[in-house]
Amino acid sequence: MEPHEEKPIIYTMENKPIVTCAGDQALFTSLYNSLTQQLPREPMEWRRSYGRAPKMIHLEANFVQFKEELLPKEGNRALLTFPFLHIYWTDCCDTEVYKASVKEDIVRWQSLLRLHSTTDWLIVVVESDTKKKNKTNILPRTSIVDKIRNDFCNKQSDRCVILSDPLKDSSRSQESWSSFLTKLRTLLLMSFTKNLGRFEDDMRTLREKRTEPGWSFCDYFMVQEELAFVFEMLQQFEDALVQYDELDALFTQYVLNFGAGDGANWLCSFCQPLRSWNGLLLRRPIDMEKRELIQHGQASLLDLRSYLFSRQCTLLIFLLRPWEVTQRALELLHNCVQELRLLEVSVPPGALDCWVFLSCLEVLQRIEGCCDRAQLEANCSHTVGLWTYATEKLKSLGSLCGLVSENGPNSEDLNRTVDLLAGLGAERPETANSLQSPYKKLKEALSSVEAFEKHYLELSHAAMEMYRAIGRMRSARLVGKSLAEFYMRKGDPQRAEAFLQESLKSYLAEGWALPVAHTRKQIAECQKQLGQTDEYLQTSALLASDTHLTDMERKHFCQEILSFAGQTAEGHAQKVVLSMNAFAQLRQLQFRPATAVVHVGAALELELSLRSLMPVPVRLEQLAVSVHFSLEKGGARGRAGPGGGAGNRGRVGQGQGSPCGTVLFPGESPPGALPRSQPPALELYEIQDRSPSDGALNSAGVVCKNVHLLLRRQDSSASLDTPSSTAVAVEDGAQLLKTHDVSLLPGNNNILFTAPSREPGTYTLRQLCATVGRIQFVLPHIYPIVQYEVYSQEPQLSVEPLADNLLAGLPQRVKFIIVTGHYSIKRGDALQLSNSDAMPILSSSGCVARVLSSDSELVAETTLSMQSSEKVTSVSLPLAPPYHSVEFQLEVQCHIPAGPVRPESERLTNGEPWHRARSRQRTSSGMSVVDQKISIDCPWSIYSTLVALTFYIPFKAKHLLLSSGKRKYIQVCLQNVSDMNFHVSDQQLAERQQSSSLWLQSLNAKAKQLVHSKQSVFCLWEVKWTCEPPASLQCVFSINFCPADAQRSVFTPYYYEFQLDNVSTLYSLSADIQPAPGEQQCRTGTLCGLEVSIVRLAEPSDSEQQDEGPVETGGFCTTKLMYEVVDNSSNWAVCGKSSGIVSMPVAANATHKVRMEVMPLFAGHLPFPSIKVLKYLPHNAPSTIPPDTDGCVENDNISLLDKGLDDQADTSSIRSRGSVHSLGGGSEQQQRGLPMPRLEPFGPGQVFNRSQGCQVLVLPSKDDHVLEVNLT
Amino acid sequence: IELKFHYTVHTSLDVVEEKVSAVGKVIVDQRELYLGLLYPTEDYKVYGYVTNSKVKFVIVVDSSNTSLRDNEIRSMFRKLHNSFTDVMCNPFYNPGDPIQSKVFDSMVSSMMVQTC
Repeated sequence: MEPHEEKPIIYTMENKPIVTCAGDQALFTSLYNSLTQQLPREPMEWRRSYGRAPKMIHLEANFVQFKEELLPKEGNRALLTFPFLHIYWTDCCDTEVYKASVKEDIVRWQSLLRLHSTTDWLIVVVESDTKKKNKTNILPRTSIVDKIRNDFCNKQSDRCVILSDPLKDSSRSQESWSSFLTKLRTLLLMSFTKNLGRFEDDMRTLREKRTEPGWSFCDYFMVQEELAFVFEMLQQFEDALVQYDELDALFTQYVLNFGAGDGANWLCSFCQPLRSWNGLLLRRPIDMEKRELIQHGQASLLDLRSYLFSRQCTLLIFLLRPWEVTQRALELLHNCVQELRLLEVSVPPGALDCWVFLSCLEVLQRIEGCCDRAQLEANCSHTVGLWTYATEKLKSLGSLCGLVSENGPNSEDLNRTVDLLAGLGAERPETANSLQSPYKKLKEALSSVEAFEKHYLELSHAAMEMYRAIGRMRSARLVGKSLAEFYMRKGDPQRAEAFLQESLKSYLAEGWALPVAHTRKQIAECQKQLGQTDEYLQTSALLASDTHLTDMERKHFCQEILSFAGQTAEGHAQKVVLSMNAFAQLRQLQFRPATAVVHVGAALELELSLRSLMPVPVRLEQLAVSVHFSLEKGGARGRAGPGGGAGNRGRVGQGQGSPCGTVLFPGESPPGALPRSQPPALELYEIQDRSPSDGALNSAGVVCKNVHLLLRRQDSSASLDTPSSTAVAVEDGAQLLKTHDVSLLPGNNNILFTAPSREPGTYTLRQLCATVGRIQFVLPHIYPIVQYEVYSQEPQLSVEPLADNLLAGLPQRVKFIIVTGHYSIKRGDALQLSNSDAMPILSSSGCVARVLSSDSELVAETTLSMQSSEKVTSVSLPLAPPYHSVEFQLEVQCHIPAGPVRPESERLTNGEPWHRARSRQRTSSGMSVVDQKISIDCPWSIYSTLVALTFYIPFKAKHLLLSSGKRKYIQVCLQNVSDMNFHVSDQQLAERQQSSSLWLQSLNAKAKQLVHSKQSVFCLWEVKWTCEPPASLQCVFSINFCPADAQRSVFTPYYYEFQLDNVSTLYSLSADIQPAPGEQQCRTGTLCGLEVSIVRLAEPSDSEQQDEGPVETGGFCTTKLMYEVVDNSSNWAVCGKSSGIVSMPVAANATHKVRMEVMPLFAGHLPFPSIKVLKYLPHNAPSTIPPDTDGCVENDNISLLDKGLDDQADTSSIRSRGSVHSLGGGSEQQQRGLPMPRLEPFGPGQVFNRSQGCQVLVLPSKDDHVLEVNLT
Repeated sequence: IELKFHYTVHTSLDVVEEKVSAVGKVIVDQRELYLGLLYPTEDYKVYGYVTNSKVKFVIVVDSSNTSLRDNEIRSMFRKLHNSFTDVMCNPFYNPGDPIQSKVFDSMVSSMMVQTC
């Protein structure tokens, strides 16, 4: 009935809160089953103190028979054995019986309870109908309850409940049960709250005393654990866990404080030397052995930790949080190791490793035991840490016990092993049957080399596979690497290498320089053992150049290479080809000359800057650059000359080609400096945001289009350059640049090569190869591409003026440039210049030729010797090697041609566009030009070179015939059109055909005159004659000039020829203006008389007869003249006929007078209106002038108006200039087509106007009337 | 010893990646930069921090150093991050070059001195 009654309380999870039962045991027994079943069925809300969240709990209880011993004695705080509720059962329904026995029984029970100050009790009165029927004369049943309530429950009526018909299945019974259970639960909880609260208070008090001496953690541990047990009992695992965690934290804090020098006495017991290290034990819910040790204060640190963790583990598994177990386990193991260190507990070597190893496996197996396979695999990330930790520990155990070495353990190792195994103690009974128990595993692993290897590999591979499975490749590789170390110690480099290479790959890819160096060192060891010579040497080279290693190590590896290189090759062993990357870096290439374009045979030097990465100087037997040769554009360059090379210059090292011919190689920085790829160039675009309505600019900006590329984060750091040790092939370059016996010092070395330049073409540098004994270091590609070009060039001659433009008439210097190209000027070579009369070559003795090398360095200066014969001037050239240039200057003088110079426009026909362009520029300055051609025979060619030179004539001359009555003057205007200033002197005018009848009297200054640029000088001569002057006069004007700034004034003549026609004066005109009759002066607005008289001065001449066709009229020979009075300045209004025809007898002193009326329009001194006289030729007269010459149209008014008038009477219209009769004009134009008389102007000087420049005073009119003449 | 640190930090990147990708799935924008303890070893505790642009900081603390709590580590990372940002903002700094800033250097060493 009460199965637990007699048993000792054992600490299992079957613990339930104890409820005692007193009173009618038979009654209780009958109800026991349904009670235990129904009690946990419904949850109750448990409100808790200290603000802890209320919880719903399912209550269970262990009902035991009430005994006095069960009541806790004073001071006993055991909670597990604590009866939380006491129930008194009775089914008494008889008042008598109640009074007789039950009441007494209850009183006794109550007094017992009170003695132990327990207030948690309940009286249950069970009613049943069967009993009622037996006794019919019963009191109302409530009376018993009332009595009990009256007797015992003063003010606590709820301490007495009725359970009616509990064994019947009726609704009333159900109801009664449920209210009973609720009451029971409530009271139970109340009891919990009260008792636990009190317990917690006590516990806290105890904890507060922890600073007092004599306080023991172990005692406290037991107390708090009691609480944890109760929570566990109440299925409140979370709360139970909290208790343990609190204990854990408290202990940890003590240890830390101890470390900080604040030791507590009780801790000393944990500082005992470690004697047992038998791992965690997680298979029991409660490890009683350890618990007892703690209880008695005999536990070691590991014991306490183990126990604590096993409890935590148990609770976590109850809470279904196995992954937290693994995490906590790892923390615990690390922590324990630290704590042991901190507490300075003496630990035999390896003991801790054993403990950790066992614990790891124990935890893992415990977890495996409660999870299925899929779950385990999904949560590798939680367990893998333990696996790795176990692996590490096993490894260190292995090396400790001499199980890793090739020879196996020695006796010392064996002793150590025995000691370690002793510390494990005997296997625990729980695992004794399991073959895979951690205990057995460890024992086996330590038993023999083979077993150890088996277990170690098993663990390593398991850990690696888990890491791989969860994507922790780096961790997997680290395990692999440690596996490799194991293999190395086992003398199995083959397997080790694979792991190492994999690790190396990842370190390289992610740029971890230090691990790279370390791993490489291990690989080198592997390769050495494996006898992989090439690989070993390559690795050694890498290591020797690795700055992360010590100097000693680097030298060692360098020595390895050198000693191999120094071995004499056995048989026909090939040279070992290694990549140069590790050995040295090509930093810079520099061509000399910088353009990297040279002519055939020229010296081209190539300076190589090689940065040796070796720690010691290395002697290279040979350093060679293989060159690829292609004919590409080699021949085509022929005449391009050095200038053409400029276009190709960009090819020298594309991109980074600097104008100084230096090619920089991207700084492959030493390993470890983390190189980075060049970021892409910015692509920027303009962006404009215009408002849609009016198109106004809202904003403008710059947008980078490739932001995503630029701002993309490059992961950590770019990888270290992986040298491709494979595929380093030596090209059999046909051409090689070589140097021998170079000593390569650490750091930068400059090595000079002479590049071959025998063939024209393009040479591309391909490979760099350094030979050290049997080893060749090869740089397979030189990138960026480096090229140089060799060209061949034809000789060339060019002639250039020294000045901007050559001036004719003066000695001018002309520069001759000979580019020798491939031709070398030999002794006796000369230029043959064909002479021309117009441009003699002035041989000056001090003519110096300069020989320049192709890069414009002066090589030699020699004096030229020139020989002139009639036809040819020969200039002997100085000796010059090929691809040089010879420069010299010659003086030439172009004579100014005397005759009328071609107008400039004609010159344009010579067709060379640049000439045209030039001449057009010159037209503004109005310079005339002379082209001169020289034909030059060059020694290298059978053809003559024709050189055209253009000379500019610095002067322009104009002439003018001036008359004064019959006297004649010739004025010559000399205009300096050049940019120079000149002195002029000795101006002379002479007749072409010397005739005695005529002489020219100079009216000029004798001294020399200065003519500034763009200015003119005027000269005047009077023409005098004895007899009649000829109709046409041909004159030559000459003047001497020399540059104003010349040291020696060597005057050169300038000639100007011109012809004058109709020199003599035929008519004299005179005009007179008379005021109106009766007036003293002319007045505005009044008509004045204008009298024009035309007087014939000269006798008729023969030429005149022919020309003008005089008409015989009345025995007189007359010519018709037309006069015209025109006032161009609107001063006068001509009234009446302004023009007319007069017939002049062809005889001297024949006079004709014409009168007309003019009206002054303004007051003041008015110039006379101008009067013109023209020849009037009848329509049948032979035309000497083309019909539509300017003469006709010279004055529109006349030709238009007066043609029609012809012989008619005068029109009386007032004509003034501009007042055109448009109506009349239309009709008159019709007559244009008809044959009509022509007007011809007289030549200059034929008509002399005496009254030219005369003025007449006009007074304003008396009345204030202002005459307004509207002028249009 | 430095070598060991390199190996440790290198391996810790595994966990960083794992954490970053795990976090990335949950909330993208408002994530905590501090990754917390990456993984403990017997001798060291490795803490991680990843900036929004995936720059990773790792602090390795001796296991026996118990004075540093999570919060201190976090503030150390913040300081480190700020200082790092300053370095990156320097217009004369070329992204990718090794950091040579004296300020950054002194900040880091002051942090080291403080914790020791």
